[in-house]
Amino acid sequence: MNRSRRLKLRIFRTVVLLLMGAFFLVPIGAMLEFSTRGNSVTSPRTLEAWVQIAQTPGLVKGIVTSLQLAVITSLGMLALLLPTMVWVRLRLPQISRIVEFICLLPLTVPAIALVVGLKPLYIWININVTPSVLALAFAYLILVLPYSYRSLDAGLAAIDLKTLSEAARSLGAGWGTVMWRIVIPNMPSAILNAMLLSVALVLGEYTVANLLNFQNLQVEVAYVGLVNAGTSIAVAVGALLLAFVLLMVLTLVGGRLQQQNYVPGQRA
Amino acid sequence: MATETTRNQAGVEVRMENLSRRYGPVIALNQLNLTMAPGELVALLGPSGCGKTTALRLVAGLEESDGGRVVFGGKDVTGLPASKRDVGMVFQAYSLFPHMTAMQNVAFGLTLRHKTADERRRRAGEMLELVGLSGFADRYASQLSGGQQQRVALARALAIEPTVLLLDEPLSALDAKVRSRLRDEIRRVQLEIGITTLFVTHDQEEALAIADRVGVMQSGHLEQLGPPTEIYARPATPFVAEFVGLTNRLPGDVKNGTVEVRGTRLPLVQPDAPQGPAIALVRPEAVSLSTDGATSDGPLVGTVIAVAFLGATSRVTVDLGDLTVIAQMPTSTAASTPAGTRVRLDLRSDPVLIAREEKDSVDA
Amino acid sequence: MTAAGSPALDTAARPTRGGRLSLSWLGVAPFFVYVGVFLLLPTAIIVIGSLTGPGGGVSLANFAGIDKPFMLKALSLSLSVSAVSAVAGACFGALLAYAVVTGNPNGMLRRSIMSASGVLAQFGGVALAFAFIATISTVGFVTVFLKDHGIDIYPNGVWLYDAPGITLIYVYFQIPLMVLVFLPALDGIRPQWREATESLGGSTWHYWRYVAGPLLAPAFLGCTLLLFANAFSAYATISALLTNGGSYVPLQVQALLTSETEQSQPGLAQALALSMILIVVIVMTLYALLQRRTTRWLR
Repeated sequence: MNRSRRLKLRIFRTVVLLLMGAFFLVPIGAMLEFSTRGNSVTSPRTLEAWVQIAQTPGLVKGIVTSLQLAVITSLGMLALLLPTMVWVRLRLPQISRIVEFICLLPLTVPAIALVVGLKPLYIWININVTPSVLALAFAYLILVLPYSYRSLDAGLAAIDLKTLSEAARSLGAGWGTVMWRIVIPNMPSAILNAMLLSVALVLGEYTVANLLNFQNLQVEVAYVGLVNAGTSIAVAVGALLLAFVLLMVLTLVGGRLQQQNYVPGQRA
Repeated sequence: MATETTRNQAGVEVRMENLSRRYGPVIALNQLNLTMAPGELVALLGPSGCGKTTALRLVAGLEESDGGRVVFGGKDVTGLPASKRDVGMVFQAYSLFPHMTAMQNVAFGLTLRHKTADERRRRAGEMLELVGLSGFADRYASQLSGGQQQRVALARALAIEPTVLLLDEPLSALDAKVRSRLRDEIRRVQLEIGITTLFVTHDQEEALAIADRVGVMQSGHLEQLGPPTEIYARPATPFVAEFVGLTNRLPGDVKNGTVEVRGTRLPLVQPDAPQGPAIALVRPEAVSLSTDGATSDGPLVGTVIAVAFLGATSRVTVDLGDLTVIAQMPTSTAASTPAGTRVRLDLRSDPVLIAREEKDSVDA
Repeated sequence: MTAAGSPALDTAARPTRGGRLSLSWLGVAPFFVYVGVFLLLPTAIIVIGSLTGPGGGVSLANFAGIDKPFMLKALSLSLSVSAVSAVAGACFGALLAYAVVTGNPNGMLRRSIMSASGVLAQFGGVALAFAFIATISTVGFVTVFLKDHGIDIYPNGVWLYDAPGITLIYVYFQIPLMVLVFLPALDGIRPQWREATESLGGSTWHYWRYVAGPLLAPAFLGCTLLLFANAFSAYATISALLTNGGSYVPLQVQALLTSETEQSQPGLAQALALSMILIVVIVMTLYALLQRRTTRWLR
């Protein structure tokens, strides 16, 4: 690439990144500003709203609930999806298209529409299984299917599953061992990615929880927002920043894991 | 070895004068001087990082040099971008535009030059026929094999009647069998059109097979430039000797203009080499084996440990105890010395090159 | 099947037959059962419910409920806000994606923008509503800041809660989503194509018009459709923002689910839900077809 083109590209990038950066950072900054306002326009900055988070029982309960849901959903997703995908790849490749279609189906069903069909189902669950908010995990697992599937699929495609499992089985390993000691250790970043996407989705989920009358984090945040805007905004921006940090950690760790898996070839 | 076919002298002289290029502290190309005669095919050969691709890209105009000139037929094109230099280029991979058919790919340069649809079709058709792919005009890149894709890429480059043809390792991504067939194709087409061509490769067999002259490069400069026979038989530096073809490294002693290697005196390519211990570089073809006189121990007596069948020739590896030597000979001759045979080595008295340092062998 | 006795044959991917058949299918049973209960069953409830008339038989009576002025207004508003935010998000998102992809593929800039995009695209909803309240509501940071400098952004009344405001908020999560889904296509553009165009005599304009443009067009169009579906389905933001209800399809669904009259007339909510699903399915099918073209060229 010659010099003038490189310069033009540089200018373009700088302008775009600056403008976009401003557009995206201003509301975040505004949230931080709003949540640290004092009682009147002239009073100094205060972390009162942030402190209030711990003191608002609804919010604390919401955080705990959503974290529990996040853990249950991501682990449940792995337990259900990974063995199935491995099984399909090895034993039933002819239905891999069907499984893919089903896993991507939730993308075409808006949550707000799905919940209309979930409501009667959850009325039944409420009476016959459990009234606990953690029953939301059942629905959440469906919601995270597309993202988890894509992530795990990419991870499985990158390892030679057939060869590895055949080698393990010929050495006497059972299926449990194959999954636990062969498959999982060979796709750490894909699994981590799938789990983190699930966690992010669950922590940010509002629609299904709200319409099924459950109180998770986002529902509580919206509720508190009606009463105490500052605290609510503090939680919102806190959650956003936390999720950002988590995803950044993932990309850095994932990159490092990728390098560990690389074995330099033997020079002849 | 370049086939002696009558050439069309329509080509243009291409001159690289003191071409230099650096990337930060790394000097990729260091004052390269190379003149290509009209219609000539010059191959730039060397390991990765030697600067051959950089040189090609500077000639193409895809990058700007930090010094020196590029001249096409007397015209200084150094300041011109690639789009104004009238070059035809074939890349190593991802040559073709995936959303266009073969015909559309080939005709693309003509589209840019505002040729009419008829002209485009005619010329593109001609070029596809030239590379032997007339029936494939409506295929997309994904429907063509690797070799076919590269042939279409060649047709596309030639359709615009460029001044120079530039090939950046066009065969490296292909299977071995396809590679040898395609390189002969490229040479045939190049000779038929008579276009001055620069061919970059790391495969010495390729370079020796089709080039008029080969330029061996290392670390940004030209080690030797000459016809393939000369590069092979009379390497100018140890690097060339070891990069091109196989070489045996035999410790010896330089004395009075010859080198003594395990009892045999061999003449030197550089008679004024300094005295003292040195490594003699001996080609496998210069080593022959005999079974008489092999019972007693001697400096050149050893046991055959492996015979590699290569078709018409075979490579025999002999273990001399402290050293392993490779000999190359017709397969029929090698049949008389299978593995386990005690043999005596004979070194033909061709002038040899001397290397000094005990460095690792070159990565080809 | 295992005549040779080698366990390695167990894992060969051959068509299963005979006794093997039931065993292999058992392995995927948990998945299908789960999906059947929690995805297919609710969908069936929606489909059956919306096609069941008040008398009990198959009928389209429920859909008649959509043909009311306030419903149609909600539909048109949802469609227009979704369309505008999709196009705006696609254009700006494509520019941002291009700025990212032309940088260091392993650099901090790319990593942080991708992480931030992941967060904003997925996590939006309630937090975004509050973000914009904090920014441009009547007591928002930007509103106050501009007012102190003599600029009033609400000369004709507050538009934050109307279509312009909602569209702006949607653009805020459409752009990151575009970056996430469009970047892979940009990554697939090989530098050799640019160089080939140059060597054949083409300029930057030629490159975009004949090569990069046509190659990226299906991806761009597909991603715009994806953005449209995304905005159309969005509920959380408008729910948190328009606490007194509003004229958007998702809010109408909510109203129907919680209203008294609905309990005795469940069909309308399902009809509306089915309509939403149909619209999104059509859009996503088109997206999938365009994606197929894209991956064929730009893998």
